[in-house]
Amino acid sequence: MVFVGLFMMRFYYGSRARSVPEYLRLRFDEKTRGLNAISFAAMTIFSSGVSMYAMGKLFNLLLGWDFDTSMIIAATIVLAYIFLGGLTSAIYNEVLQFFLIVCGFVPLVFLGLRDVGGWDGLVAKLTTVSTAGGYPETAYTQSWAFMGDPSQNPIGVEVFGLMLGLGFVLSFGYWCTDFLVVQRAMAAKSLADAQRTPIIAAFPKMLFPFLVILPGMLALVVGTGAVAVKPDGSATQTASSSTASADSTRDRKGEDETVTNAASTNTFGRGIIPLKIDAATGEPLVDARGRMVLDYDLATPMMLVHYFPAGLLGLGLTALLASFMSGMAGNVTAFNTVWTYDIYQSYIRKGASDAHYLWMGRIATVFGIALSIAAAYVAASFNNIMDLLQLVFAFVNAPLFATFALGMFWKRTTGHGAFTGLVAGTVAASIHHGLSLADGAVVGIKGGYLGIMNTYPSELAQTFWTAIAAWTTCFVVTIVVSLLTRPRPADELKGLVYSLTSKPKYTQQVWYKRPALLAVVVLTCTLALNFIFF
Amino acid sequence: MALDIRIPIGAMFAIIGLLLFVYGVFTAAGPRVYEKSLSINVNLWWGAAMLVFGLVMFYFGRHGNSSVRLAEESAEGRAMEAHEHSARLKQD
Repeated sequence: MVFVGLFMMRFYYGSRARSVPEYLRLRFDEKTRGLNAISFAAMTIFSSGVSMYAMGKLFNLLLGWDFDTSMIIAATIVLAYIFLGGLTSAIYNEVLQFFLIVCGFVPLVFLGLRDVGGWDGLVAKLTTVSTAGGYPETAYTQSWAFMGDPSQNPIGVEVFGLMLGLGFVLSFGYWCTDFLVVQRAMAAKSLADAQRTPIIAAFPKMLFPFLVILPGMLALVVGTGAVAVKPDGSATQTASSSTASADSTRDRKGEDETVTNAASTNTFGRGIIPLKIDAATGEPLVDARGRMVLDYDLATPMMLVHYFPAGLLGLGLTALLASFMSGMAGNVTAFNTVWTYDIYQSYIRKGASDAHYLWMGRIATVFGIALSIAAAYVAASFNNIMDLLQLVFAFVNAPLFATFALGMFWKRTTGHGAFTGLVAGTVAASIHHGLSLADGAVVGIKGGYLGIMNTYPSELAQTFWTAIAAWTTCFVVTIVVSLLTRPRPADELKGLVYSLTSKPKYTQQVWYKRPALLAVVVLTCTLALNFIFF
Repeated sequence: MALDIRIPIGAMFAIIGLLLFVYGVFTAAGPRVYEKSLSINVNLWWGAAMLVFGLVMFYFGRHGNSSVRLAEESAEGRAMEAHEHSARLKQD
């Protein structure tokens, strides 16, 4: 967020582009824009599908409707919501939803922490969860200490994959190139405001883990599914068979016990997190290695139901629904903008009347929602919806970040280079994903469709390396092809490339409004937080 | 179209806060409602907090200064609009 604010915003804002694909047209050419518009449209469908899936699950959990009905009702609500509101209402809604989410989650974290005996109590209880899963004692409460070895931390990722895959490629890719993020700043009233937007947003973003990660940690230790507390060790067995531990060594008997346990009480896999139920059979899902799969997507709703009395529960669930709805509406709106403006108007039918494009936009909204339903069923097959989102970002945003980084900071980059780089990056992502598989995953949508050459300890590790492969390929191919093709003359690139754009001066501004100073403060705080939770 | 965002935020939180607060007052006698929430009357307390937050927001929305200006009030905004306008005309 700091990088996009300090270094990239002046090109987005200064080029007066209305969308990210439009910037690519100005900097490179039509074909790069077209490609990006198509891949972006696909990405928004997945993102809105994920929100829709979450919404459907919430209806399913709260109202007891079956999953298919829940999905259709969720889709209808969002369709009505998008047709009734415009961009202004969307922006107002987002601000309201932000406060609503904070208001819904603060009491949850407060009650949860109070229940387990504060932070120290949480750390102590998570120790038993960690050791039951075969991890070091503080594996759940330290962010960096156990990253050296993927078998020592619950996400199964090693430090290089984490830093390069998530820290560099995926986060830069998302925050620097995602239209949904950049669009907000494009609407700012001046360049200085546009630059400050992501940097100021980074302040509350730093604190959000306390609202969204803490409930997840609490969900592991509260509730009826007591973990590793019985002296005879039976609960330990339950816990280890249902975790994604790399070295689970139970025998068949232990696993059968777990299944009957779960079926008879129909309750919890671990802490308050329930077992994932196969929608088709109604039985708990089991992965390829016979381990029970936990339904992590239900952690927060279960926490709300566990702690909130009638009254506040309504607020908490409204907050959740609001965030899913805004996520879906934002993505479907972005889809119909990009489809209508960057694809339909540019390539399919030029020069039609405004009324025609408006009509097309509405058709696109309906189609976008229909496709989201399909994407939601894909989401249902993933370990948790965050894994799916990261995978989609690895295919789309990861190579795109290489294109942007080169396009903005190296004036020699050409349109042919950018286009071939993007294609090569996405192809590389598919090849890598097709040749690898996460431990315990089934060949198919989760990879391995081209044969299995490499097995990763977790889906996240596989995704991070997919992103690294995509980024590196795009970066190298773009440079090579650019050097082989003719560059555009420098005067055409003014305002689009770093070395040809004058730097804005903020010396006349009040100190707390200067982007660079705000950036230093944000980065210092982030560093401090990393040391505290090292 | 220059509705200060603090007004709808303030109104929404004041109304929800008030609802929760009143509900908290009426359910305070029956402690079983709050067994879930560690015997804390969260409706009452959190409702009150939201009510205060909503009222403060609403007050500043009505009386405070908003630094948001319409595009046509500044030279930069006018240039932006002119640019967008001409871009649209060329395309159509």
